[in-house]
Amino acid sequence: MSARNRELLGLIPASLLIVAGFGAVFLQEQTRLDDLSLTYGAIFLGLCLVAHVIVRLRLPDADPYLLPIVAVLASIGLVVIYRLNETLARDQAQWFVVGLIAFAATIILLRDYRVLERYRYLIAAASLFLLLLPRVPGIGQQANGAYLGIGLGPVTFQPAEFAKIGIIIFLASYLRDTRALLVSRKRFGITLPRLKHIGPLLLVWGLAMLMLVFIRDLGSSLMFFGGFLAMLYVATDRFIFPAVGFGLFAFGAWFFASTVGHVGDRVSAWQHPFDPKLYEQIGGSYQIAQSLFAQADGGVWGQGFGQALVSVGDSPILPAAQTDLIYAVIVNELGLIGGIALLLIYVLMVERGFRIAILARDSFSKLLATGLTTVVALQVFVIVGGVTKVIPLTGVTLPFVSYGGSSIVANFVIVALLLLISDRARREARR
Amino acid sequence: MNKPIIRVFAVLLVLFGLLAYFTTRWTVVDRAQLQDNPQNKRQLLAQQKIARGSISAASGTVLARSVKRPDGTYARRYPTDSLFSQTVGFSFLNPGTAGLERFYNGQLIGRTAGLEQTLRKLQGKRAQGNDLHTSLDPQAQQVALDQLAGRAGAVVALDPRSGRVKVMASVPGYDPNVLRSAKATAQLNSAPGAPLLNRNTAGLYPPGSTFKVVAATAAIDSGLYQPDSVVDGSNGVVISGVPLNNDGGEDFGDVDLTTALTQSVNTVWAQVGERVGKRRMNRYMERFGFGSPVPVDLPAAERLASGDYCTVNGSRKLVNATASCVDIGRVAIGQDKLLTTPLQMAMVASAVANRGVLMRPAIGTRTVDPEGRTAYENTPKQFSRVMSADTADKLTAMMTRVVQEGTGTAAALEGIDVAGKTGTAERDVANNITQPWFIAFAPAADPQVAIAVTIEKTVGGFGGTEAAPIAKAVMESLLR
Repeated sequence: MSARNRELLGLIPASLLIVAGFGAVFLQEQTRLDDLSLTYGAIFLGLCLVAHVIVRLRLPDADPYLLPIVAVLASIGLVVIYRLNETLARDQAQWFVVGLIAFAATIILLRDYRVLERYRYLIAAASLFLLLLPRVPGIGQQANGAYLGIGLGPVTFQPAEFAKIGIIIFLASYLRDTRALLVSRKRFGITLPRLKHIGPLLLVWGLAMLMLVFIRDLGSSLMFFGGFLAMLYVATDRFIFPAVGFGLFAFGAWFFASTVGHVGDRVSAWQHPFDPKLYEQIGGSYQIAQSLFAQADGGVWGQGFGQALVSVGDSPILPAAQTDLIYAVIVNELGLIGGIALLLIYVLMVERGFRIAILARDSFSKLLATGLTTVVALQVFVIVGGVTKVIPLTGVTLPFVSYGGSSIVANFVIVALLLLISDRARREARR
Repeated sequence: MNKPIIRVFAVLLVLFGLLAYFTTRWTVVDRAQLQDNPQNKRQLLAQQKIARGSISAASGTVLARSVKRPDGTYARRYPTDSLFSQTVGFSFLNPGTAGLERFYNGQLIGRTAGLEQTLRKLQGKRAQGNDLHTSLDPQAQQVALDQLAGRAGAVVALDPRSGRVKVMASVPGYDPNVLRSAKATAQLNSAPGAPLLNRNTAGLYPPGSTFKVVAATAAIDSGLYQPDSVVDGSNGVVISGVPLNNDGGEDFGDVDLTTALTQSVNTVWAQVGERVGKRRMNRYMERFGFGSPVPVDLPAAERLASGDYCTVNGSRKLVNATASCVDIGRVAIGQDKLLTTPLQMAMVASAVANRGVLMRPAIGTRTVDPEGRTAYENTPKQFSRVMSADTADKLTAMMTRVVQEGTGTAAALEGIDVAGKTGTAERDVANNITQPWFIAFAPAADPQVAIAVTIEKTVGGFGGTEAAPIAKAVMESLLR
């Protein structure tokens, strides 16, 4: 069976998931089985088919599983958001369409994605600009102490979601050029590159630290820097680089946690979520404590779709349930089984990403695929880790599942890039 | 470059494993701990969305019901205000739950009927709990409160044949409707006289001479004595090395046990207690229910155990009557380290009334589901056989004499024989502060009600003068 036919077959169960999910929520909320869920399923399948046709026409050899996996994640997200708030779900569905447009545009416009290398410094500068945008007075918005969003009229937009793509493109391109130079010089038996070559990389570390201070978000900072370290390691195959890099990052994080109030608060809320003082404090540990309580109620099998207690009357119990805490809602309603299943879907997605990186022939493609995949995986780790108290909770989205337009659109662009790389790699491999 | 890619994948897999591990921790390993965390209001909040079942008295009077609020949640209302305050308790988001509301929470929210609830939801009906029916009697309860007239104390009355509680009044009380506000709750918590405390089940007091009924049970049922056994009732008999005085220093000379009970002669019963001995006394006390939390359908936190409380290493601790710190002679007359709850003393009267068989006290009779079917039936249960029917008959005759011609004449009802026993515990000898008691049952020939009454503090008041008239009024109301 051809790759495209396999993709097509994969999209059908994803659409059935929408039908079943909405059916369950309708049953819960309106106590009747509504054929509207079939309509939603059909619309969703239609949108997936559009994406499929574009891929079939433009990238006939691309990985067949990535798109169905994304469809499954998106359908889980739509159902859970619908269950939380109908209006938000409608918004999210519209963003899903915008995401598909961005997906199609990326595939059609970037016939040869390697042209990106030519504009690498422009892309890097634009990304930096995007990153610092939320600190610009007038349009910058602060949420929970972090500067992640900007407001442009009625639309809020998280530039970091797009900046992460740009920075990875830049790094892939830069590391492709310098990887040989980075490992060429040895002093005292260890790899010790010249300052000229290591300089820009130290700059990236500085950038991550800057993000910590300016954007005040440990999560995004960890995500960016982790992606960078993974690419550096793949480029050089020297363990010393990520080891030193991680050490530097840990030092910086510790330094800022103990000096910058906001970062420190997040850390103490993480360490002592049930401390009465932190629990009562605004921006304290209430959110993480509620997240753990919600998960505890889920147990192994969950309480069922639509059963999670999110608010009583008009007062919310789970703050930011549709974005930060969506994983807690999923665990509450679908239980440990549902949570692990969702994590496995992400593992499958990440596995496809790295398979594309392995199949790719040239270093740029390999590094780009590695970087994009690692950043998505780390984003999952940062938000799910925050919600489950593995690390301090910070406000990044769960890719394709959380509510958020910027996130959906940016992640569709990432998938489009991965499919572009995959198509070329598989075509070359077949030859 | 492929090897490092695989390694990066491996590292990410470890991170995902960490996520799975932590999810497991919160949903399975630490689940109970998180759900019991006092900051976790999820269960309570979820219950706000359920139409909690009502609580009603034997007569059908509604004592607690749920009203729907504009936001779709339900709030609790108590139509009889402070009438049954501590007994019915309350159920609010902020102070939480207490009393019957707490003990029968699972029934009231309908948690027990999992499948039924699901089916109801599928049929588009609202989530509704089961209604709780009780044996409480609002009229008699009102009489008890009127009689206490604001004095701190307790009145508990039950049917000795079934253990069904009719009256459970504890003063001071409170209006549960005000607990909706956090401020009022805080005020009640620190109010003088502890209005939230149910004195019937969680108040521990020296029982005074009412405990002589327990001593008499042990003496007669063990065969050591008969009602006509003669004992020296002189004033100043030495008990455990210290001379013991009768009330008012009265010298009774040689008297039989019936007279000793009728006149409440301390020296006689202390000697009887010493001869009965610690082990035998302990056995009878346990049969009456001493030594373990008073058995009734109220939350464990609101029930205390009656018995001897000795101070061990600076802290007060419940011990058996066989412990070395116990002065069994003085225990027999309700002194020494003995502390009891009013409900425990009502159980003593109840066991004698029911010819030696002690029924387990119960307030709730049954719960009824929204379809009108009985969901749970609280059938009368025997707690223990305390004494033989023969002993009970003898004690009934002795206690009838107490009310006919002894210390308890104030409890006499016209045309109905009452059996009872007075008690007057000394709280503060220097200031003449006493705690009057009265336990009784009626009619003596066919008992339908057993009662215990106590008033925490009076100046020089006696059980016969202060507590007996209250018992009389409440029994009159119940027997009418």
